[in-house]
Amino acid sequence: MIGFSAVSKRYPGGPEVLKAVSFTIGAGEFVFVTGRTGAGKTTLLKLIAAIERPSSGAVIVAGQNVGALRRSAIPYLRRNLGLVFQDQKLLYDRSVLDNVMLPLAFGELGHREALRRARAALDKVGLSGRERARPIELSGGEQQRLAIARAVVNRPAVLLADEPTANLDAEAGAAVLDLFTAFNQVGVTVLVATHDEALIARCGRRVLRLSEGRIAA
Amino acid sequence: MRSWLRQHRRALAAALARLAAQKGAAALNALVIGIALALPAGGYTLLENLRAAAGGVRLEPQISVFLRPEAARAEAEALAARLAREPRVRELRFVPREQALKELQAVEGLAELVAALEKNPLPDALVLRLHDAAASGAAAAATLEAFAAELRALPVVADVQADSLWARRLAALAVTARQAIALLAALLAFGLVAITFNTVRLQMLTQRSEIEVAKLIGATDAFIRRPFFYLGALLGIAGGLLALAILWASIAILNTGVKELASTYGSAFRLRHLSGDAAATLVLFSAVLGWLGAFLSVSNHLRKI
Repeated sequence: MIGFSAVSKRYPGGPEVLKAVSFTIGAGEFVFVTGRTGAGKTTLLKLIAAIERPSSGAVIVAGQNVGALRRSAIPYLRRNLGLVFQDQKLLYDRSVLDNVMLPLAFGELGHREALRRARAALDKVGLSGRERARPIELSGGEQQRLAIARAVVNRPAVLLADEPTANLDAEAGAAVLDLFTAFNQVGVTVLVATHDEALIARCGRRVLRLSEGRIAA
Repeated sequence: MRSWLRQHRRALAAALARLAAQKGAAALNALVIGIALALPAGGYTLLENLRAAAGGVRLEPQISVFLRPEAARAEAEALAARLAREPRVRELRFVPREQALKELQAVEGLAELVAALEKNPLPDALVLRLHDAAASGAAAAATLEAFAAELRALPVVADVQADSLWARRLAALAVTARQAIALLAALLAFGLVAITFNTVRLQMLTQRSEIEVAKLIGATDAFIRRPFFYLGALLGIAGGLLALAILWASIAILNTGVKELASTYGSAFRLRHLSGDAAATLVLFSAVLGWLGAFLSVSNHLRKI
């Protein structure tokens, strides 16, 4: 499903963040990427979503070499990925429902079907009844769940989450993790970047440990 | 196809919502565009009115030859036959005095005056149109006057008028005015493009975070651009409609004075409004310029987001 082959990434004028990283993640797997701050976790997720391009090596997602994709093909790749950002990137001047509807606006769905799907996604993350609220009116945990609802509303094959529990208390963090587990159980490949070792230990899933730009043994 | 239409419907709705959210600023922008367009459109309308008013005027070189009142019809016909063979003459029309009187009667306001005449005071006349080669270019006036002098010397001729010069001057003036209007229109078109460019730029900056998020979660550039294109085109259309309204009001106001002036000449002349076709062209042109401003702005700024 996802393959890294000797992938290196150096930002212009900066150090090499990833150094010849190689790994594969199969369809339906649940994998944690961990490491200290600056280890390259976020960069790794950005390479998968074609937000960044590798300096060398190949990033393969669903059989496509992401690094070689034309600019015009990137949106179509991203529609098959659910992205949960560290800072959530919610639209605070829009309603909860509008935020979840946003990814559906690009696709082929009619308004009625899009509305049905958005409500179903909000229901899955426990935000039914909050459709008209603004994100600012939600708690931190609820905002994170809203970000997850937006990420899954397009029924992606892969869910990428960058530090999804970083700003949450233990209870809200556990609730978010339960959501990822639930999506994984229905076949979604889940890749979560986190430095929360307790969370990783609790789940007992495969872990990719990044250290100084390399996958540690 | 349905999906494509749906995307356009959504983009149009989004553009309308953005305009509605900033009613005051949008109205001011449309007004600026309207005023900018009304200036050349007004000039064009006045020129069209002038052209219509002078519609009967022939602009080719023309000489009117008036014969002496005592000249016999046979003499007139003989002169006509002779001039018809003259190589400089392209077309000759013999106007008998009876026909001239009828034509005079047909002129608005003169019917009563003509009816009051005891006898026909008009002479027989010949109207000559010359070949362009015989009276064009820098030597036009000289050629025309030389031929007129030859005709004036004929014993049967009472008077000769080389009456095309003023019409040529009018035509040259109209061409210059049209060029000035075209130049003004081009300059103001640049202004209109600049207005929509800046409006769309500000709108993109306002929505920067939304655009960023949309790109990250799978929006194509076309999806992001579309509402801004509609925004530019809608501003252009609103500006075009306002320009038409300004023109209509201006002509209505001017016509009160024109009506009074024309009545002193016994004429019912009024300034005419832009034709339906010209009005539609103005609005379309304005929409295209608005779209162009938006296109340039989005192309310039989307790369930076």
